[in-house]
Amino acid sequence: MIKFMLTIVRRDLLLVARQPAEMLNPLVFFVLVIALFPLGISPEAALLSQTAAGIIWVAAMLATLLSLELLFKLDHDDGSLEQLLLAPYPSWSVVLAKVFVHWLVSGLPLILMSPLIATMLFLPSQAVPTLMLSLLIGTPTLSLLGAIGAALVTGVRGGGMLLTLLILPLYVPVIIFGASSVAAAAQGMAVDGYMALLAAMLVFALMITPWAAGSALKL
Amino acid sequence: MSFTPSTPPELLCTSDLACERDLRVLYSGLNFSVKAGELWHIKGLNGAGKTTLLRQLAGLHAVDMGQVWLPDKATKVIYIGHKLGLKEQLTADENLAWLAGLDGVSTQEQRYAALEQVGLRGYEENTVAQLSAGQKRRVALARLHLCKADLWLLDEPFTSIDQQGIVDEQDWLSQHIGLGGAVLMTSHQAINLPQVKVFDLSTYAPSSPINRASEGGALM
Repeated sequence: MIKFMLTIVRRDLLLVARQPAEMLNPLVFFVLVIALFPLGISPEAALLSQTAAGIIWVAAMLATLLSLELLFKLDHDDGSLEQLLLAPYPSWSVVLAKVFVHWLVSGLPLILMSPLIATMLFLPSQAVPTLMLSLLIGTPTLSLLGAIGAALVTGVRGGGMLLTLLILPLYVPVIIFGASSVAAAAQGMAVDGYMALLAAMLVFALMITPWAAGSALKL
Repeated sequence: MSFTPSTPPELLCTSDLACERDLRVLYSGLNFSVKAGELWHIKGLNGAGKTTLLRQLAGLHAVDMGQVWLPDKATKVIYIGHKLGLKEQLTADENLAWLAGLDGVSTQEQRYAALEQVGLRGYEENTVAQLSAGQKRRVALARLHLCKADLWLLDEPFTSIDQQGIVDEQDWLSQHIGLGGAVLMTSHQAINLPQVKVFDLSTYAPSSPINRASEGGALM
């Protein structure tokens, strides 16, 4: 089973390496949104440092959402999803492997970029570790929950809009606690509670996603 | 499959299998068993449900009525459909590597040998996007040589293959059933093999009321 999942991971990473534009797209979007925000409101440090947490989290969520639609769609269109499902392994292993690659490609770069982004938005430096930690726990949750929607709309023409509508309500708690944790850290308050809740959401998503998305793929 | 029993083992069985799509019964009452060493040519008009039948047998399409089962759970099945399941950005060799990796391992030597058998020597490192439609199908078919499966479910395997290729392909088919494998395939072309068993799906299309009502409008 591990070998089977590694086969999928290796294949998908190879595909990303062949088409780096696909990987860069969400990242560029993330950086652009954040770079344009100060131009839109005001470049004032006081205002930006207050809104930084929210801006970063919303941009991270939108960047994730942007790349989700294709998570299973390309495999469905060329028939390789059929072959993955025909393999003598449960469909949840396909989901987990693909979500892992999605997070590696869309979530991990955001986390690595976040200290830089935080500086751009004048986020107090004591909040940066919290920002990175909250993204580290939060972005896998976003990828996992999104996979349920992506699996459901696979094979539906123009499923992108539907996907957004399906998934956004599930993203709301992650955003609220993710952004609040960073805001709390910026004010020097304890963030243990926020982190515990984010971690709980990750565990919840890890439990239901493989099962839910795996069943949806078989439809 | 090392011993030869008096009656060849059954690889795949159905009972009362039926399929309904969009309120139209495509076929019903399918009771058959595919035995080792058999080559089934599934025929039928366009829309008779040939592809759906193969997908049901492979386990890709829901079976709402009747049953499909493999008497021996260890039976390995390969399904190659209209969509070949190849990644355009990957090379022929890389594609075979991941397809074979779904259920085992393969060495590069084995993959090159399989590609040579389908006449793609020298194309191993070309991306699939660079290949012609016929060559793409050959890459997908190379998997049959690479992964030893007992039962092949092939949906129109002759599509866009040249004439010599079709002759070769029929050789593989007869070799495979000679070794105790079995093949179920659809094709609009005749298969020139003495062992072939023609199965006409159209004769299983029932003239049930809903079927006739919807067809009356569609045909005339």
